[in-house]
Amino acid sequence: LKLCKYCLSGHPTLPCNVLKFKSTTIMLDCGLDMTSTLNFLPLPLVQSPRLSNLPGWSLKDGSAFLDKELKECSGHVFVDSVPEFCLPETELIDLSTVDVILISNYHCMMALPYITEHTGFTGTVYATEPTVQIGRLLMEELVNFIERVPKAQSASLWKNKDIQRLLPSPLKDAVEVSTWRRCYTMQEVNSALSKIQLVGYSQKIELFGAVQVTPLSSGYALGSSNWIIQSHYEKVSYVSGSSLLTTHPQPMDQASLKNSDVLILTGLTQIPTANPDGMVGEFCSNLALTVRNGGNVLVPCYPSGVIYDLLECLYQYIDSAGLSNIPFYFISPVANSSLEFSQIFAEWLCHNKQTKVYLPEPPFPHAELIQTNKLKHYPSLHGDFSSDFRQPCVVFTGHPSLRFGDVVHFMELWGKSSLNTVIFTEPDFSYLEALAPYQPLAMKCIYCPIDTRLNFIQVSKLLKEVQPLHVVCPEQYTQPPPAQSHRMDLMIDCQPPAMSYRRAEVLALPFKRRYEKIEIMPELADALVPMEIKPGISLATVSAVLHTKDNKHVLQPPPRPAQPSGGKKRKRASEDIPDCKVLKPLLSGSIPVEQFVQTLEKHGFSDIKVEDTAKGHIVLLQEAETLIQIEEDSTHIICDNDEMLRVRLRDLVLKFLQKF
Amino acid sequence: MDPECSQLLPALCAVLADPRQPMADDTCLEKLLDWFKTITEAGSSLLLLQENPCLVELLCHVLKPQDLSSRVLSFSLRLTGVFAAQEDCFQYLQQGELLPRLFGEAGPLGGAAWTAPTVRSGWIQGLRSLAQHPSALHFLADCGAVDTIFSLQGDSSLFVASAAGQLLVHILSLSMRGLAEGPPGLQADDWPPCAQKIVGHIEESLRSTATPQITQALNVLTTTFSHCHDPWTQVLWVRLHPLVAALLEKDPVPAAHSLVDLLLSVARSPGLSSSSCGLWETLAQTVSHLSPTQAGLLALGILKLQDCPQALRAQAFAVLLQPLACVLKATAQGPGPSGLLDSTAADSVTADMLPPSKAACVGLLCRTLAHLELLLPLPQRPCPWPQVPLLGAAVTLLQLCGGSGSPASDAGRQLCALLLGCVRVQRAALDFLGTLSQETGPPELVTQVFAVLLEYLRSPDSSPTVLKKAFQATFRWLLSSPRTPGCSDLDSDAVLFLRELLPVLQKRLCSPCWEVRDSSLEFLTQMTRRWGGQAGFRHALLASEVPRLTEQLLRDPESYVRASAVTAMGQLSSQGLCVPSAGPEHPGGQQKSLLGELLHILSADSEGFPRRAVMQVFTQWLRDSHADVVGDTEQFVAGVLQVAGQDLDWEVRAQGLELALVFLEQTLGLSRSHCPYAVTPPVAAPAGPLTQALQSLCRVRLFEFAFRALFDCDRPVAQKSCDLLLLLRAKTASSSSLQEPRSSPDVASVEAALQRWRAGDQAQPLGDLEPEVVLAVLRSMDLEGLRGALAESSDHVEKSPQSLLQDMLATVGIRGENEADCY
Repeated sequence: LKLCKYCLSGHPTLPCNVLKFKSTTIMLDCGLDMTSTLNFLPLPLVQSPRLSNLPGWSLKDGSAFLDKELKECSGHVFVDSVPEFCLPETELIDLSTVDVILISNYHCMMALPYITEHTGFTGTVYATEPTVQIGRLLMEELVNFIERVPKAQSASLWKNKDIQRLLPSPLKDAVEVSTWRRCYTMQEVNSALSKIQLVGYSQKIELFGAVQVTPLSSGYALGSSNWIIQSHYEKVSYVSGSSLLTTHPQPMDQASLKNSDVLILTGLTQIPTANPDGMVGEFCSNLALTVRNGGNVLVPCYPSGVIYDLLECLYQYIDSAGLSNIPFYFISPVANSSLEFSQIFAEWLCHNKQTKVYLPEPPFPHAELIQTNKLKHYPSLHGDFSSDFRQPCVVFTGHPSLRFGDVVHFMELWGKSSLNTVIFTEPDFSYLEALAPYQPLAMKCIYCPIDTRLNFIQVSKLLKEVQPLHVVCPEQYTQPPPAQSHRMDLMIDCQPPAMSYRRAEVLALPFKRRYEKIEIMPELADALVPMEIKPGISLATVSAVLHTKDNKHVLQPPPRPAQPSGGKKRKRASEDIPDCKVLKPLLSGSIPVEQFVQTLEKHGFSDIKVEDTAKGHIVLLQEAETLIQIEEDSTHIICDNDEMLRVRLRDLVLKFLQKF
Repeated sequence: MDPECSQLLPALCAVLADPRQPMADDTCLEKLLDWFKTITEAGSSLLLLQENPCLVELLCHVLKPQDLSSRVLSFSLRLTGVFAAQEDCFQYLQQGELLPRLFGEAGPLGGAAWTAPTVRSGWIQGLRSLAQHPSALHFLADCGAVDTIFSLQGDSSLFVASAAGQLLVHILSLSMRGLAEGPPGLQADDWPPCAQKIVGHIEESLRSTATPQITQALNVLTTTFSHCHDPWTQVLWVRLHPLVAALLEKDPVPAAHSLVDLLLSVARSPGLSSSSCGLWETLAQTVSHLSPTQAGLLALGILKLQDCPQALRAQAFAVLLQPLACVLKATAQGPGPSGLLDSTAADSVTADMLPPSKAACVGLLCRTLAHLELLLPLPQRPCPWPQVPLLGAAVTLLQLCGGSGSPASDAGRQLCALLLGCVRVQRAALDFLGTLSQETGPPELVTQVFAVLLEYLRSPDSSPTVLKKAFQATFRWLLSSPRTPGCSDLDSDAVLFLRELLPVLQKRLCSPCWEVRDSSLEFLTQMTRRWGGQAGFRHALLASEVPRLTEQLLRDPESYVRASAVTAMGQLSSQGLCVPSAGPEHPGGQQKSLLGELLHILSADSEGFPRRAVMQVFTQWLRDSHADVVGDTEQFVAGVLQVAGQDLDWEVRAQGLELALVFLEQTLGLSRSHCPYAVTPPVAAPAGPLTQALQSLCRVRLFEFAFRALFDCDRPVAQKSCDLLLLLRAKTASSSSLQEPRSSPDVASVEAALQRWRAGDQAQPLGDLEPEVVLAVLRSMDLEGLRGALAESSDHVEKSPQSLLQDMLATVGIRGENEADCY
């Protein structure tokens, strides 16, 4: 039996893999690659004359039939349409055969509605409660961002292969554009989320009796998990988005990953050269610098995750930096829920924060920031926000791609002044590409990506610690990043070398299953007569019927043979039911050659000669012209047509062996 | 010994001899011993013992089997040594068989007390003291002490072991001193028996296979050659040299560190003519035999020697440079020599000569950099100095550690992985780079230096200590950047660099880490002090946000940062580089003057550092006639003195006196030049009549401040005030116009008030003072006497031997009383 892995996503931090293991088909994560949206024009919340007046793009030969679909801004070409996402591969494997989907963290479930609603999927999705709740928030925010700016136009002409070839980069190089899809609806989100079954850390979930799956804390985000997929004799660990840093979530459970046959490793840090501590310092310094000079700070971010840690750092920093009077705004359709959810998932938090639950203070200090009016949150920039709005200020808002959400408005509003700063902290999007449709831009741009996921030094320590037999990882991790080819430290270094995979590839995992657990029915077990062949080891022969159902194997007593009535019938019956044939006894033990020769001599054989061979011995009875070949697992008596002699010798041989 | 002490001594000896009254504090015993040493150095020990029989009784008493504390036993051994250092006293003690009983096998040596390290140590120190004359040598030989000392070299207590080694050296030197007819020959028979025994033991140890024994022998020899420079040491070296050289044939070389120490001490010894003893050959051999980690220190030592063959120096320098040559080789873009080593040596260098483990490699590189840094300022440093490749190596190391290096070879990539983010190497390399700024380099390399410094200053991953060192190195390189000698201005490249540097500084001033903010401010202060008057610098600084951010840091929550911000603002303001702030903190546009803000810090800051910094700034401002001060100097001084006088921090008060002194000098028209050779201006500006000057001093209440300080409970403040008043008195003594009778009622009331102040009641102010009254009070005060009293250390009364003896008896007495209470 082989173990197969189908890779449906080429993005190492937004994975989507399918594992076929012991007749179960398990999907590991369904991440949605949103970098495709960078090819689209931003969706402004408020009518933007600049964006609507961008010139249409025409081909080199002057033909302008694409000018409705494609717009040009500072030398870059963008699709003027509702943004679309690049889905996981749907052709590689029939997704309706997927039995279960295991989710490791809320960032890795954004493609879930596409899979559960449009592929005939009928299985179950497993995820922890915070993952589901915060994942829902992320999806809700995404749907909200896109639906509240309805766009009549949907461009499709440019996707034509012959036309795409003529487009400038990066549109020309975009992969699988034909499969790009528009965002799902809230209805689809709800339907998808209803298929999720909640699990807790270390909970063991049986899948069809064949496989057991267990989520373990991965230390990266609230409720984020790694998964153990195991049978009685095989163990596959799926490590996706883990962190060893002390941030808000429960620390990573490393010990349970030990003794894995295969460890699938995805979701490492996207910015291995940036140390999160240094970046947080950089974030604070630049924020203070801007505000002190009277400028505003814009932080494009997701509504959950790193923002909790940033708010905590700022909580400690703002007083010391003399920023107590500066308002902090958090604008997201789910801002309120996100801030409140974070406070109620006590059991999923790090120890330090868990203990706060027993004190009269909330685990995260952002509650205090809200109480003291230093942090204010709004569902949108329409409404209360516009009356409270005071500058200079700091605004946290989405979406980090700068293509939709309230951030688009602030980019348009503040982009013209060099006093203002946009600070990128989310590592998912290239900040230069994100900024492309806003050029020319006077505003300062600071890139301090904060990615707390494992870096390569931590990975090599982890692998030394848990010692898996084989490591499987995306191909990006097996070589240094292209821009830093000399950095041999920025790749996975393990023995044996890690197996790599890429999008739309099927990988046979490098181990074979050898054993299967079988149960014996009690009455059958009672009937066994074990014989001790060595101290501590007993053997018994079993005659039984192997019954296999729901991946469980059971030995049952054989059906009783029909009562024998005559010789002929009996013979036929024994042919029909071979199980019931009276078996010759099994033999065990070894033949000590010297004693055997002595016995032969005692029984009148003389002129015995012993020769050593590679596998054992040959005993030559020269007078009888007979040869006894003794090997470890076989004994042959070769004599010419003297059956009597053969039987005599055979009996002598058998004396040395045990029978049962 | 004075009679009072003689009277106390018997009681003290009785206490010491009484095991039921243990000495709680053995510093008393040390003081007692010191006292006896001073007495015996000044007079006859024999007389002392004869006049005070209780001392011999004590020494006899400790020999009786009893539970005497090991401290008292150790003390007695050392005391005996002190007495027996004089030969007649030695004979006296010898007659009473006291010495063999104390130091021989019958003494503590065999007993249970010997297990205490302090007793063994006392035994050694006692012998060390008494071994001053030929009789002592005979005694040592007779009582078999030398063998015991040999065994004590391996003692479990490091102090004892080290003292044993030193004692051996002392005995060896003493016995060789006895030789009348010049240095001995190489033959063993020529040597005095005691010396022969010790040298024989050393020879035996050097032949041993046990490293600890070899180490002991080498350490004894090292001490010998560094302390004795008599001609016999040369014979000793000639005799032992083959054995030392034989150590080099072992692999690995045993006790390499001690061997290096020995060779260097021999090489430095003026008693040896190095050339004749094969020393240079041995050194050359050692340098080539030792591993790079061990050879570095030896190479440095060789290069520091004054008269050393050129070839050996070259060899040593090559060894020292080798790790850096490896780094350059590993990261070289193409083949070709790096220039650090000559071509033959360079060919043999490979990148894998660096230790493969991170700890060892980092240690080696850090040591190498530190050694080279020590070497650079020395006059005997190697010439030509490979400035260019060294600069290249420092830059390369910093690039590798910072992740910006892009080595082409596998070895380079491995090195990169090893050094990446290594703070130790970063610090060492930045220090070294800073030191290299004493010399210059080719422009393209200097550009690289500034680039790598900027990279470190920018990098979010630079740790605070690394950043501080990067700031220091940057300042040193900026200092060295003018190419036209004599011109202190920044050159155009440096100004361009400054344009890139200031945004980084801005960001660092906002760092969440206070150490970073602090070192950024210090850097800014240094830069402003140096180039504040230079147009390029001024222009760049004023175009940036740095002055405004600095001003905001006056309100930093961290006191060190506030102090540094005060200093920086003071400097900026002196240079006219302060910008009126209009930040969000002052929304109304109303802003305090810097003077007001600093006065506020002086009177309200809860921490001492910012207040001290303010006082320093004010003093400097007064000295420089700062615009804010010149307007109304008297009001300024009066205000500052009033606040400073009430400060709880004595340093602030002392700095207040410094400011008062500056004002006084300015008012009296004194030119202040501490340097006797300084060119004084031809005529000090006349400062108006003395009376006017004194009136000005009275108006700012300088005298009230100074008198209060005179009775300050912190001695430095009182001393400073005393000096100030003495100066004033001296300057006014010549003036006859102000002579007034002493007995005016005003004078009397001031004197009465001062009496009360002296007694500790400083509540009542002095009120307005007239110059005449002040002068009269000054003349009547015994300021010289006060200065003398203040110059004595605070424990001068308690330091007398009599007081020591009384204290020791008193503590025991109290113990006795407590004991009685218990019954």
